[in-house]
Amino acid sequence: MSSLLEVKDLVIKFGLRTGDVTATTGVSFTIEKGEKLGLVGESGAGKSVTGFSIIVLISKPGYVADGHILFKGTDLTKISSEEMRNIRGNRISMIFQDPMMTLNPVLTIGTQMTETLLAHNPKMSMKEASEIALEKLRKVHIPSPEKRLEQYPHEFSGGMRQRIIIAIALITDPEIIIADEPTTALDVTIQAEIMDLISELCETEDMGFILITHDLAVVASVTENIAVMYAGRIVEKGRTRDVIDNPQHPYTKGLIKALPEGAKGSNRLNQIKGMMPTLTNIPDGCAFNPRCPYVMDICKTDEPSLIQVKGMDTQAACFLCKEEVFTNE
Amino acid sequence: MSNNEQSLLSVRNLYKRFDISGGLLDQIKFSGGKFSREITLVKALNNVSLEIKQGETFSVVGESGCGKSTLGRTIMGLYPPNSGEIYFNGDRLDQLSPKEMLPYRSRMQMVFQDPYASLNPRKTIKQTLEEPLKYHNPQMNAGELRDRVEEVLLQVGSDPKWVTRMPHEFSGGQRQRISIARALVVDPEFIVADEPISALDVSIQAQILNLLMDAQEQRNLTYLFVAHDLSVVEHISTNVAVMYLGTVCELADTKLLFEDPKHPYTMALLSAIPRLDGKKSERLKLTGEVPTPINLPTGCVFHGRCPYANSRCIAEIPELKTHSDGRKIACHAVEEERIR
Amino acid sequence: MSRHIDNFKQSYLWYAFKRDKVAIASMIVLCILVFTAVFAPLIATYNPYDPINTDVMNSEIPPLWMEGGDSAFLMGTDAQGRDLFSTMVYGMRISLLIGVGAVVLQSVIGITIGLISGYFGGKLDSFFMRMADVQLSFSYLMVAIFFTAILQAAVGVGRFGEIAIPFLILVIGFSQWPQYARTVRASVLAEKKKEYVEAARVTGFGAGRIMWGHIFPNTLSPILVLSTIQVANAVMSEAALSFLGLGMPISRPSLGSLINSGFEYIFSGAWWITIFPGVLLVVLILSINLLGDFLRDVLNPKLYKG
Ligand SMILES: Nc1ncnc2c1ncn2[C@@H]1O[C@H](COP(=O)(O)OP(=O)(O)OP(=O)(O)O)[C@@H](O)[C@H]1O
Ligand SMILES: Nc1ncnc2c1ncn2[C@@H]1O[C@H](COP(=O)(O)OP(=O)(O)OP(=O)(O)O)[C@@H](O)[C@H]1O
Ligand code: SF4
Ligand SMILES: [Mg+2]
Ligand SMILES: [Mg+2]
Repeated sequence: MSSLLEVKDLVIKFGLRTGDVTATTGVSFTIEKGEKLGLVGESGAGKSVTGFSIIVLISKPGYVADGHILFKGTDLTKISSEEMRNIRGNRISMIFQDPMMTLNPVLTIGTQMTETLLAHNPKMSMKEASEIALEKLRKVHIPSPEKRLEQYPHEFSGGMRQRIIIAIALITDPEIIIADEPTTALDVTIQAEIMDLISELCETEDMGFILITHDLAVVASVTENIAVMYAGRIVEKGRTRDVIDNPQHPYTKGLIKALPEGAKGSNRLNQIKGMMPTLTNIPDGCAFNPRCPYVMDICKTDEPSLIQVKGMDTQAACFLCKEEVFTNE
Repeated sequence: MSNNEQSLLSVRNLYKRFDISGGLLDQIKFSGGKFSREITLVKALNNVSLEIKQGETFSVVGESGCGKSTLGRTIMGLYPPNSGEIYFNGDRLDQLSPKEMLPYRSRMQMVFQDPYASLNPRKTIKQTLEEPLKYHNPQMNAGELRDRVEEVLLQVGSDPKWVTRMPHEFSGGQRQRISIARALVVDPEFIVADEPISALDVSIQAQILNLLMDAQEQRNLTYLFVAHDLSVVEHISTNVAVMYLGTVCELADTKLLFEDPKHPYTMALLSAIPRLDGKKSERLKLTGEVPTPINLPTGCVFHGRCPYANSRCIAEIPELKTHSDGRKIACHAVEEERIR
Repeated sequence: MSRHIDNFKQSYLWYAFKRDKVAIASMIVLCILVFTAVFAPLIATYNPYDPINTDVMNSEIPPLWMEGGDSAFLMGTDAQGRDLFSTMVYGMRISLLIGVGAVVLQSVIGITIGLISGYFGGKLDSFFMRMADVQLSFSYLMVAIFFTAILQAAVGVGRFGEIAIPFLILVIGFSQWPQYARTVRASVLAEKKKEYVEAARVTGFGAGRIMWGHIFPNTLSPILVLSTIQVANAVMSEAALSFLGLGMPISRPSLGSLINSGFEYIFSGAWWITIFPGVLLVVLILSINLLGDFLRDVLNPKLYKG
């Protein structure tokens, strides 16, 4: 039995005028029905390109150079664009950060919703399509949905728009939803509502959900699994609670300790020195080595691979992790 | 105001509205068989009063569009207030001419949100840092200017060799350091920091926050800190004001506010913070739509979304009342002791 | 300085330029033409303004390679017996002088008004922009014809020739400032919102210093694009006026007046008097415009070619 989605050793490159740069190296993860996975990392870590690659929608100079993306056993990197169109927006949907980028300002919500539906099901009647649209709007808790179908995007508040985006993403009953920073532009009260809504939907619809975000706390409160990305690599992967309570990779540790919650009474925050390398100057060896407080000689020459940490359910890419004596202070 | 604890900055009954109705032609509306001139006002600040003491970090939180930036900018004199008073060290600022304002300009500075827009892309770091210094200290010679710039750059954790470079050569975090250096170089006492870390990565945020706290300690700075990340606010501030639709709804000591929020909006806001421990706190869920600051609700601005609202809330604007523990709350339910 | 050159070499502008054959070709042509114009006295074989070199007996000699050509006159002579090549070189010099002069004047007026309009906004802005609308609603040609006709009548055609260059610069310069004012104003409105401007205000800098010292340098790329287009436009305008007989007198011809002067002879067989300056004008305008297009594409894809 194959997984719902399996990403294997994904390598994404960008063809730039100065030559090709590698945006992600060997990214692998799987996701099952009803599973929620959080993909976290700092800006430029390669979260969005990974997300886009799943629906084969990387913008121009970018391309999948190597690896496989298996959706129920079908390799999405190998199928024709015709077949892909049938999967994208139909069986795999994506939600973006800026609702106004996805919504067309001159069409009513109703038109936009039924359009997607009819595009994927040409035989469906307009009436049926409207019925489904109404049902989805109810599902995302939009009050008086009949009236709302006739309205334009600008007549909605930011939180409502994001819900409508979710309703549109849901309209074809997809099996996977990928959300790229779906609540970064929203206020905390609204973020909490949207996250509750998404969790609820994943459960009732039994969908796979990939949450791309830079906010560890959001991942902690929503997903059951987590993958931490750094400079285009997954450095740690496991159950969310395990990873946050007991991080193995020095980067994950640093990230968690850098949050105000990690300061533990002291006034100063625990900062990670330096910053993430840009794609063109990723250091040799472990990409994190110049910033790592535990750096060893081997880290500067060899690249650690993602290994199962002894006695744990977590995988981490760090030379320290082979030894079980690795302790957390 | 008692004399021994004089505020460094105090704001009293501040109102700020923006006229967004455009030209005369856009203002004319035809309705009911008559032409009338309609002016659309954004009521960004409504009767805001606060006191900031020497050496403290005073944070302002609230949802997007509630007037946090407008408050900071009005205090800095970037927007003229419609009414109300602003005092710095006891001197009234809001009626000063630009020339009379000049001596205060080096004592009050500002750090901005967007590290990409806040440095002039056509000026070297040296020009960006030396120009304000020279402007406020015309007697300084080239050597003194250079030394001072070097000293400040070192303080913000930057390399003084960077001075000949252009802003586009730096990352967001480095630019934010330079922005902070620009504010510090004129040796201010008070800094308005408008979401200085929102655009930065988590690991960089910690660096910049530490930098701000260190600078505060070394120079005895006072901050007005605008942010929407509540866990950061909890960590760095001494007092917090929670704003909603241009009004302050609760203002209290940080510890008090985070441990025991009283105003329904504060409760909703705090209970919505995602927690690293994944525990869901008892959420106070809000209903209803967020109103626009163009058509302010009558009575309490929060009544449309408040689970405790009653008929008094719809009719009467609650006053910001000081309670025995020193916190200030504007809510009828708290006053009537329906919320304890 | 070498640092700036290094920076430029790494810039996108230089990268795009190296790959754009049309831009390179236009640049080469334009450089040759400008060089020729600037060093006209060294390049031209005769000085066309010196009566010693003109002999009516030599009039309408065809170019060298045609029957009846004279080895002394590469491209033949015009109706007055001047060497056409030299006259064209000097004519281009005048055309370019007027073009560049007019653009300098336009830009000084337009940039100042644009900065003030955009920075202060409000009533001042409405006033200037309405003025710009009014100015643009008159065709510059109409304005120019009007004033030239008056001036020619007032000072006489003879004296008019002496003041024609500054006068043409003034007429063309004044009629086209709104282009600059609008472009600059639009950039200022965008820049004004950026936080570095607020930082400058918080520091207490005056409006003049912020406008010229902080905002203006950031409006330079659209100004550069517009300027190339406007030089071409101004050279064309001058040629059009001269062609109508309202520009440079035939004693000190620009390209436009040369074309005009040769026009009467085109059917009597002396086509070269019109065609050669015409071709030169087209090449000049085309190379400037192609460069302008290139700059616009690279620097400011959103700017619409005015
Ligand atoms: N069109 C492009 N051309 C060149 N490089 C690109 C392009 N798009 C993305 N990249 C590079 O790919 C890397 C990964 O980008 P990606 O957008 O996936 O980051 P991210 O983790 O989503 O960050 P953010 O949190 O900022 O959205 C970045 O270093 C980025 O510079
Ligand atoms: N220059 C302006 N002209 C017109 N309206 C403005 C202007 N500046 C702010 N506003 C309006 O005033 C209100 C308050 O805006 P403000 O920028 O102070 O909010 P904020 O609390 O800082 O929000 P955010 O968290 O999004 O930065 C908003 O409705 C905004 O649209
Ligand atoms: S005054 Fe009334 S509406 Fe406003 S917060 Fe209190 S209870 Fe709610
Ligand atoms: Mg992204
Ligand atoms: Mg703001």
